[in-house]
Amino acid sequence: MSDLNRIDQIVAGYQSTQSPLIYILKDVQKEFGHLSEPVLTRVAEATRIPLSEIYGVATFYSLFTTKPKGQHIVRCCNNAPCWVNGSKDVLEKIKEYLEIETGETTEDGSFTLEFTSCLGLCAVAPVMMVDEQVYGNLTPEKAVAILRDFKTKGSANA
Amino acid sequence: MHRIHVIIAMDPHTIAQGARSIKDALVKNIDLAGLNQDVRVVETGSLGIYNKGVVLVVFPDGIYYTGVKLEDVSEIVSEHLVKGRVVTRLRYSEIPEESRAEEKAPRFGKQVRVVLKNAGMIDPESIEEYIAQDGYEAFGKALTELTPKDVLKIVTDSGMLGRGGAFFPTGMKWGFAAREKSDEKYIICNADEGEPGTFKDRLILEGDPHAVLEGMCLAGYAIGAHMGYVYIRGEYHMSIARVRRAIEQAKKQGLLGKNIFGSGFDFDIQVREGAGAYICGEETALIESIEGKRGEPRDKPPFPPSVGLWGKPTIVNNVETLATVPQILLKGGDWYKSLGTESTPGTKVFTLVGNINNPGLIEVPLGITLREIIYDIGQGIPNGRGFKLAQLGGTTGGILTSEHLDLPLDIINLRSVEAGLGSGAMLVVDDTHNVVELVQNFAEFFNHESCGKCTLCREGTGRLVELLHKLTSGCGSEKDIDLIERLAGHMMKSAFCGLGQAAPVPILGCLRYFRDDFIAMAQQNQQRVPVSA
Ligand SMILES: Cc1cc2nc3c(=O)[nH]c(=O)nc-3n(C[C@H](O)[C@H](O)[C@H](O)COP(=O)(O)O)c2cc1C
Repeated sequence: MSDLNRIDQIVAGYQSTQSPLIYILKDVQKEFGHLSEPVLTRVAEATRIPLSEIYGVATFYSLFTTKPKGQHIVRCCNNAPCWVNGSKDVLEKIKEYLEIETGETTEDGSFTLEFTSCLGLCAVAPVMMVDEQVYGNLTPEKAVAILRDFKTKGSANA
Repeated sequence: MHRIHVIIAMDPHTIAQGARSIKDALVKNIDLAGLNQDVRVVETGSLGIYNKGVVLVVFPDGIYYTGVKLEDVSEIVSEHLVKGRVVTRLRYSEIPEESRAEEKAPRFGKQVRVVLKNAGMIDPESIEEYIAQDGYEAFGKALTELTPKDVLKIVTDSGMLGRGGAFFPTGMKWGFAAREKSDEKYIICNADEGEPGTFKDRLILEGDPHAVLEGMCLAGYAIGAHMGYVYIRGEYHMSIARVRRAIEQAKKQGLLGKNIFGSGFDFDIQVREGAGAYICGEETALIESIEGKRGEPRDKPPFPPSVGLWGKPTIVNNVETLATVPQILLKGGDWYKSLGTESTPGTKVFTLVGNINNPGLIEVPLGITLREIIYDIGQGIPNGRGFKLAQLGGTTGGILTSEHLDLPLDIINLRSVEAGLGSGAMLVVDDTHNVVELVQNFAEFFNHESCGKCTLCREGTGRLVELLHKLTSGCGSEKDIDLIERLAGHMMKSAFCGLGQAAPVPILGCLRYFRDDFIAMAQQNQQRVPVSA
């Protein structure tokens, strides 16, 4: 875990930017992994913005998280263009394989499963994103094979 | 001087299918063949061919290859680039013969490329290539020959309507802001594109970022703004990088900054990233988000052209709108009006998605029919299935069925059937899908994306999901259908912003045309009740 003093440095770096809170939270999350209460409290002190307002922002946007997440984040799209191409079956299979529901993290902390709203990759629907990488034309089997790959790579690195 | 150019489409669709490693292999093989003086590999945005794997074009021959795999690369290099023999096995044959050699741009049948004229044809990371296609000429002409009032008049007279979904007259909107007296005014390019099924703005930003910047410069000149922001979805990493790079290049060339072309006009542009919230596409929510707050919509009036970002007059325009402006300035309003229909001049970029053989981005003149789009350009519905419905304009869009296949698409005709062009997404749904389940999917989306500010939308979308779930899980009745209809009607009239007001549109649309499907499901439910009770 990084030192809370880093937050002061991050905030100082945005002195000349107008309304920089979202940028600050992005950088802070990158550094600390998630936006915990002590972290947000420190951001409030450094920016002199009320904690309630900062908490409001941190819980509004889907790219921010106040809870720790797994090592890999799996984001499945289930919006209509993916749905009519079978995303529901893909999602069910992924849940079964990871043994979690959407919004949860696996017990070993390796995967968090989330919904994403449309990524605009509808021409290769259904799609999912694992960390920053996108995968298209998924079938339930293909999705599981991709996650299995991450699992083996993950344990090889460990 | 390079004799041959190999263009490779580098957009998230092709990257998801391995375009990066293909490009690396191409460069390596070309080096190995000793051709690096003769052949240049250029990355470009989408080439307009989707779901066909990695796509390459070899110029000047104009030969398209699709589905290119790593193991094909050495063959393309040794056969085509070295010996000049086309690798027929990989050749893409959908391009009309006559447009292959002479024209750089394939015509793709009924398409007309105005906004997309450069996308896929130039290297989007090179300002020189944009300039070579008359880029920044409109801006130069405006600064040297036209007053801000002239620019405003040309845009107003062209009849251009904004492409962000509401089709508000662009010139009129600019006029409101131009009349305001203020020390600061702002231009915002709305690149938050979150409407499901829509990816036109991203492909414009990635394929031709300078066209968007030039449009912003012209808007700034017309209304007297000196600062512009491009608000891009946080998930669109590649768009963010391309636009940042384009801004740097424009600054270096003196096209952005102080006293541009010695005209005394100052204009600068910055990128602002979103952080994941569909509602931030709504212009006042977007402004709140740039101000570092929760992206909740503001009360209107006052409208942004009088009170916008940091309380100053602000124009929010869509990416496609801004990218069209330079061409209107160069070619004139009459040229623009000659495309499209009387009520809706110009072309429209659509994203064709769902159950369709040839999905992707298309640009067509307005007035075209659904049948032409689905069956000619989109090559029909896969697996010989039938057409059930199309949803036009994203998840908030209206519903069209087979009775509308021959309706010429423009805003007046669509309004008469309670639909609109919206974001330009065209979702095609085949007859194997159950409409009630589809509507439940729509409702889940709205419930997820509702920002929570007003009760009707926050609670209403939640109740709609519950009622639809009741039907699809076997415990609903016909009474629930009436309740869905009434609740949707109330939301439409009383929700605070466009999200809550538009959420009922597809739900009521499906009820209008497919009520029997809802009733059938409710009746099935009723038959099952004694069993589950
Ligand atoms: C819920 C909601 C989402 C919207 N999302 C977008 C969007 O992603 N992109 C966009 O350009 N306009 C979006 N709009 C429309 C904008 O509020 C605004 O009308 C538009 O950016 C104006 O640009 P134009 O005049 O060029 O059409 C949205 C509106 C609503 C109500």
